[in-house]
Amino acid sequence: MSKVFIAFQANEDSRPVIEAILEDNPDAVSTTSPAMVKIDCKDRLVIRRESIESRIGRSFDLQEIQLNLITLTGHLDEDDDQLTLSWKR
Amino acid sequence: MDMEASKKKLGLKERYNHLTRGLGWETTYQPMEKVFPYTRYEGIKIHDWDKWEDPFRLTMDAYWKYQGEKEKKLYAIIDAFAQNNGHLGVSDARYINTLKLFIQGVSPLEYMAHRGFAHVGRQFDGVSARIACQMQSVDELRHAQTQMHTVSNYNKYYNGMHSWRHWHDRVWYLSVPKSFFDDAMSAGPFEFVVAISFAFEYVLTNLLFVPFMSGAAYNGDMATVTFGFSAQSDESRHMTLGLEIIKFILEQDPGNVPIVQRWLDKWFWRGYKVLTLVSMMMDYMLPKKVMSWKEAWEIYGEQNGGALFNDLARYGIRKPKGWEQASIEKDHLSHQAWSTFYNYGAAALFHTWTPTDGEKDWLSAKYPDTFDKLYRPRFEHWEQQAKEGKRFYNGTLPMLCTTCQIPMFFTEPTDPTKICYRESDYKGDKYHFCSDHCKDIFDYEPEKYVQSWLPVHQIYQGNCFNPGVDPTVPGFDPLRAVLDYYHTNFGRDNFDFEGSEDQKNFARWHGDDAGGA
Amino acid sequence: MHIDLKTVKIDPLRQTFANVADRIGSDKPASRYQEATLGLQPDANFHYRPTWDPAHELFDPARTAIGMKDWYAFKDPRQFYYANWTMTRARQQDAMESNFDFVESRGLAASLPEDLKSTALHLLLPLRHVAWGANMNNFSICAYGYGTAITAPSSFHAMDQLGIAQYLTRLGLLLAGPESLDIAKQAWLKLPEWQGLRSYIEDSFVLKDWFMLFTVQNFVLDGLLYPLVYDRIVDDHLAMRNGSAVAMLTAFMTEWYEETAKWVDAQIKTAAAESTANRDLLSEWTRTWRERAVSSLVPVVTGALGEQAQVASDEVLGQFNSRAAKLGLSV
Repeated sequence: MSKVFIAFQANEDSRPVIEAILEDNPDAVSTTSPAMVKIDCKDRLVIRRESIESRIGRSFDLQEIQLNLITLTGHLDEDDDQLTLSWKR
Repeated sequence: MDMEASKKKLGLKERYNHLTRGLGWETTYQPMEKVFPYTRYEGIKIHDWDKWEDPFRLTMDAYWKYQGEKEKKLYAIIDAFAQNNGHLGVSDARYINTLKLFIQGVSPLEYMAHRGFAHVGRQFDGVSARIACQMQSVDELRHAQTQMHTVSNYNKYYNGMHSWRHWHDRVWYLSVPKSFFDDAMSAGPFEFVVAISFAFEYVLTNLLFVPFMSGAAYNGDMATVTFGFSAQSDESRHMTLGLEIIKFILEQDPGNVPIVQRWLDKWFWRGYKVLTLVSMMMDYMLPKKVMSWKEAWEIYGEQNGGALFNDLARYGIRKPKGWEQASIEKDHLSHQAWSTFYNYGAAALFHTWTPTDGEKDWLSAKYPDTFDKLYRPRFEHWEQQAKEGKRFYNGTLPMLCTTCQIPMFFTEPTDPTKICYRESDYKGDKYHFCSDHCKDIFDYEPEKYVQSWLPVHQIYQGNCFNPGVDPTVPGFDPLRAVLDYYHTNFGRDNFDFEGSEDQKNFARWHGDDAGGA
Repeated sequence: MHIDLKTVKIDPLRQTFANVADRIGSDKPASRYQEATLGLQPDANFHYRPTWDPAHELFDPARTAIGMKDWYAFKDPRQFYYANWTMTRARQQDAMESNFDFVESRGLAASLPEDLKSTALHLLLPLRHVAWGANMNNFSICAYGYGTAITAPSSFHAMDQLGIAQYLTRLGLLLAGPESLDIAKQAWLKLPEWQGLRSYIEDSFVLKDWFMLFTVQNFVLDGLLYPLVYDRIVDDHLAMRNGSAVAMLTAFMTEWYEETAKWVDAQIKTAAAESTANRDLLSEWTRTWRERAVSSLVPVVTGALGEQAQVASDEVLGQFNSRAAKLGLSV
């Protein structure tokens, strides 16, 4: 088994993103360190634009996550609707 | 909005192609080999540059928008930090020494990355490859500059930072990071990107930035954590680029695989050796500790790197040669490194100290197999000597490894009580190495590494004294003369933390009488 | 944590880093621009010769025939470092986004007179390749130049040129769709009126002297192209014929040229003031490449200006010559 992960600065902007990820990826586990939240998930992790938008009540461009992104791992695939990290291609 | 609708119509990927790939053309008034002269001599074969993908598909409009926003946030914090004497909020003045090592050793590399990516951002034949590298080039300049601006405030009040530029090009331990980057930049463009984007950014920078910056937060340094994490948001783009680069090169031609494998062997080891400095920052220099080097290595090295190399196995790539040895050394690295700096504390441009009792217990808990047995007795011995007024300073100079340029203090992988020595002969001279892997790197490319500007050799050859200094006069103190050449504020930048000006000032500014002054 | 700061006075031990203080004195705090720029580049004890250029050090002042006592004599009048550069551009990008939105949402693209639209597309779309060439050249200057004072702003300049290439691409996508970009590329590669300019740029790609490249690209070519294309044609000629929508989509270029010309001038002026040898070199480079640039540009703008092309070029050339003279060159 390989894990992918993504980490965000622990702040208000990251909160809906983290919530959306945890809901859309049932296997995802988040860990909080000083100033940082890291989310690990087995093999694959998806960030869905709509899930974030439903939490913030406005349109969201997935490129906005770069503002609070700290690190990630795995192959990244991004289109207008979702961003996927995975080891299996 | 209509604009959104038309963007949709075209789709992110298609739009990106028009905005990047479409810009380039095959030159005819000058041959392509002359316009891009450096991408053929390394033996890497690229058949179709258009197969290169930037997964983030960043165009300048979005780049300016998001980067501008990041900078606005970051500088608001840097300003607030300076206005409120934020430096007095850190856990303990010992913490500030991590920043000294950072500006002396790491920030100059950010600058080198800026210039290095400018070089490959000009030289790669493929348009999207160039653009991705160009964005990285200016990102790296951003990191160098934001680090200057953050550390600027500390430099006003503490020693060990004022002459970082002069030091980075001269001081013995700083030739470790300097030679690392000079090595990458003097290589061909493909080796450079494999070295920096992949081996360093993707495999190793998590170890530099993530636990260390989390540590900065834990130690109350909000300015540093902000630049660190803000830089990391660019790094995640760079890491993604690093992974794409490696896939791209490997997929282009089977003949590329062995070349890349050799670079991975080399650069994993080169990068790992530089991280020796990070290991001791984490275990010894952060007064409040987030995780041990060993734990960090397990998460970001073994687990994450392991997942990556499993994935690359389908191309015929195996784990780098030094992988197992790095895992064996995780129980030793930070202790051996800190002991060495403690020894050479008179010639280091930051303060050193023995760990407190509480810290020793933490180290015992984190390193149950090695700390009490091998390293605690050393620190206790030195502590005792210092109590008796005989703080140990090693007045001689260490032998350096010709490749990584670290003093030869690493032990045999199979015997932690025996120093590891390796050597090679080349054109009648003998060259020394700290490990099999450093020796391998030299043996493959001796004509490169014989050029190394080894600080200790340079000192012994008399090249590190100020003009007019006469080493033949009676009572000549070579160490002092070298420190003058380094532009050291003798007695303020160097020696033990205990009794240092930094310690006294920090205490006095806190209104703490114990600090004296 | 409780810190009682009222009782102690905290005096700084020093004002700035030594590499900065060496150039501005140690008695005053440095500006952000100064700390981000002065003495930032390594200049000693490089470990290995570059395998791609073994005749030089990694950073080597000998990569240009221009000589300077202090390479940090070059100053950016805008005092750009990454943060204020990117924030300035973010503001301009905001305005450009509104312009694109405005043109699109009001259907201004559709209401452009057909002949005018075609003139604009024929002239502007191949220029995205020219901007892309300028991007490459400025990264050469950044990579092989000497001293952060001139190399750092060159990297900003290069990214700006990429931004310009992308604005022109978006203009094509908005006014005429993706096919227009292919047509323009074919024109760039094949049509006789573009070949002078294309050969100018391809020849500049192989120049080894980075300061010569700075002169050839940023001073000479852009110094003639921008006034001619954006001032004379887009903002003047097209706007007078109901084409101000085009001017809205290239507003960045006009504003940008005005800003960056000041930076370019400051570099040329500083280098020329350093020595007669520098001045002679810069003058010679300018004269040689200026002739080529003008003769390449006339056919390009003839589509828009017709018989007026030569007159307009001559006027722009006259302005360029007095600009060069003011900077100390003999042209």
